[in-house]
Amino acid sequence: MTNGHANAERRSESASLVEVRGLSKEYVQQKPLTREKFVIRAVENANLTIRRGAITGLLGESGSGKSTLVRCIALIEKQTKGEIWFEGVNAADFQAAELSRLRRGVQIIFQDAASALNPRLTAAAIVMEPLEIQRKGTKSQRRERALELLERVGLSAPWEHKKPLEFSGGQRQRLALARALALEPKLLIFDEALSHLDLASQESMLELLARFKDERQLTYLHVSHDLEMLRNIADEIAVMCEGTIVEQKPTTEIFAHPEHSYTQDLLRAMPPLETICQERFAHESP
Amino acid sequence: MRYVARRLAHAILLLITISLFTFVLLQWTPGNFFDAMRLDPRVSAQTVEGLRSQFGVNQSFIARYARWGRSLMHGGMGYSFSYDTPVAPLLWSRAKNTLLLAGIATLLAWIIAIPIGIWTAARKDGPSDKFFGAGISTLLAIPDLVLFLILLMVAVRTGWFPTGGMISGGFGSFSGWEKIKDIATHFALPAAGLAIVMLPMLVRHIRSAMLEALEAPFIRAARAHGIPRMRVLLRYALPAASNPLISLFGFSIATILSGSAILEVVMSWPGLGPLMVQAILSRDVYVVAGIVMLSSVFLVTGNLLADVMLFVSDPRIRVEQR
Amino acid sequence: METLLQVRDLSIRFRTAHAFTEAVRKFSVDIAAGETVGLMGESGSGKSSVALALLGMLDKKSTDVSGSILYRSRELLALKERESQKIRGAAISIIFQEPAISLCPVMRAGQQIAEVIHAHKRWNWQRCRTEAEALLAQVGLKETSRIFAAYPHQLSGGQRQRVALAQALACSPELLIADEPTASLDALSQAGFIALLRELKAQRQVSILLISHTPEIQASLADRLVVMKSGEVVESGSFEDIYANPKHPYTRRLLKRASASAPPSEDKSAAKALLQEQPS
Repeated sequence: MTNGHANAERRSESASLVEVRGLSKEYVQQKPLTREKFVIRAVENANLTIRRGAITGLLGESGSGKSTLVRCIALIEKQTKGEIWFEGVNAADFQAAELSRLRRGVQIIFQDAASALNPRLTAAAIVMEPLEIQRKGTKSQRRERALELLERVGLSAPWEHKKPLEFSGGQRQRLALARALALEPKLLIFDEALSHLDLASQESMLELLARFKDERQLTYLHVSHDLEMLRNIADEIAVMCEGTIVEQKPTTEIFAHPEHSYTQDLLRAMPPLETICQERFAHESP
Repeated sequence: MRYVARRLAHAILLLITISLFTFVLLQWTPGNFFDAMRLDPRVSAQTVEGLRSQFGVNQSFIARYARWGRSLMHGGMGYSFSYDTPVAPLLWSRAKNTLLLAGIATLLAWIIAIPIGIWTAARKDGPSDKFFGAGISTLLAIPDLVLFLILLMVAVRTGWFPTGGMISGGFGSFSGWEKIKDIATHFALPAAGLAIVMLPMLVRHIRSAMLEALEAPFIRAARAHGIPRMRVLLRYALPAASNPLISLFGFSIATILSGSAILEVVMSWPGLGPLMVQAILSRDVYVVAGIVMLSSVFLVTGNLLADVMLFVSDPRIRVEQR
Repeated sequence: METLLQVRDLSIRFRTAHAFTEAVRKFSVDIAAGETVGLMGESGSGKSSVALALLGMLDKKSTDVSGSILYRSRELLALKERESQKIRGAAISIIFQEPAISLCPVMRAGQQIAEVIHAHKRWNWQRCRTEAEALLAQVGLKETSRIFAAYPHQLSGGQRQRVALAQALACSPELLIADEPTASLDALSQAGFIALLRELKAQRQVSILLISHTPEIQASLADRLVVMKSGEVVESGSFEDIYANPKHPYTRRLLKRASASAPPSEDKSAAKALLQEQPS
């Protein structure tokens, strides 16, 4: 066990907000009839660094284990092996009270907003819920904060009384964002949160996120399979394949000099629009 | 294989527990067979005592249970006081009749229910769906007993069918063909009654399973490829809908012995039903226990059968490791 | 080039309990033989409704359809169900977005292809099955006998979509409708599938109506482009013209272009590197 003073020092020095070392997560399942046990290795020996104040992209296909990894980082699930270090301190060293504070510091926004929001609560109640659970402030203070947040995400006056089903997809994601911001997290994780939004909503959401990031010194982790989007917004990209991180580099580096064969295959498979068109017009020129 | 062995072990454990439970309940009900006899002034107290010790009724509970359990393993099921004969052969002869009746009635019910279920699902909210739906609801609403009595009344009023029993008086002297005809006429109304009673639940389950299967995207995809409607219904939707139906079929088998008890009593069909009722009333302990055990065996077997059939028929359940 | 399909002023309206929803308004397009027309638009733009209308699969009870769809001079909207059924899967066929749910889960893959063949040709089952296995090879699948006997859940996403393609091509259609065919595939399978479509386009001279909101996919395959927004066509023309000069702001957004005539901004170094690594 390390002492608190050393902890504080370490915290202020490290540029990395979260460091994942050698994380593995296994699920033991039973076959339906024979009850034979078999193991599913969702994440295997993954290493990831999330730098403070940066936007990190986690690129991977469905089945690569990215959602599982992210849930371990948010301390929703406990990893089977490996460590997660928050601001220079191993999460395993934290006591219950500290862990609770940590959990508040990491919030996830999921892909399907409709199923992540309680359909019976109004928008205001949804944003107040985390505050109630963590017992922050009085009831009227919570309500005030909730309304403030709703306004910041562009869901002001009449929307606070409405239920999630009355919102469009983009609005629901903004509501989820407001809820995530209620506890003043340090790290926001977007698990394919923008994939199913139409173009207009995607753009406005990204704008909103950029503003919040500057105002509140947030750190973002975008989990996505959309290479183009990550190329536009991410500072660093980590590529995940079959449960492990094969490469993590600054965005320009990943595109210019992909090292791992999977990354190379991926980039080759998803060339940007301009490249495709160039090739196409080159073939067609008389 | 390990799976089947485990299920069998569970089944045996279950049967043992049921046997114990039944035996305990029967011994605890007030009175026994010999109490009635004791009240009869013509029978002396000594005779009663003698009979009692002969049947081992005055032994301790555990001793009686042990004796019964041991004889069970040899295929015997104790002794019937009322009929003055070992229970096992008595049960078998009655069980055969019940199986005949219930077996054919179940088959009939399924054969009628399947097309109706499929048809009403395919033509949902159409006129035929509404018509059959109303009919099924009505049948469901009529108490079984009332239905059986109505059938009985039909038999009495029209004289087309005998009003009870399985065979007529001069059965022994009938030719082979006449014998079959005789049983058939006696059999018609009870079988019809039983089938009608089973029909509503079956039709409803089949219809809802089909409806759910028809909602699935692959049905629309099949139609988009120009597959004819009937084929989509029978070759695409029905197999996909069969999971709950197989379980239901297992349930039909499981309750085959017990479902017809009331009918048999009302229509005087010489099956397990009347035997059971009479044995309970006269405290014929071993007969009751025997019937319960037999029914339990069918129940457990039916469920096991359903699970195995499910495993065999649905490829999705056979998960493969990749 | 002869015109295969002529759609004029197609309008589709859905009747719900309380109101009407206009899904498509005055949609028109021409598709020539061997041509690939890309229908680009986001979900809710009405693209899938157009596809269903072409197949005659809109529910007559709850949908109002007006306009004209002429396929080789036959009016598709006036066909009875029986005639429509003959065209579906044979002359005009479709592959859907998610093969996991568009394939029957309790029927073997090869049998599903054979079913389509059997439904349209007067062949016996043996011949249908042989043909089905041959089709599996044509869509680039290697272990044809294993895949023939496999159930959909035993196949990977890419394999499933190829099986669905085999189903669609089974009766040599003249028009193939591909409704977001790669949306549920991972990036590597996606690239393979697009390459496959390109190959088949060249081999079979089949017209394709490619429905996709992803400009990269349209760029890879489409000869002409029709852009849809909220049920209406906002722009249409050859792909080159539209790409060089997108007029409608929505088109520009979809093609990720900042302004109408500005050249596409690109990271030259990355593009060069990628171009160099392209297999020749």
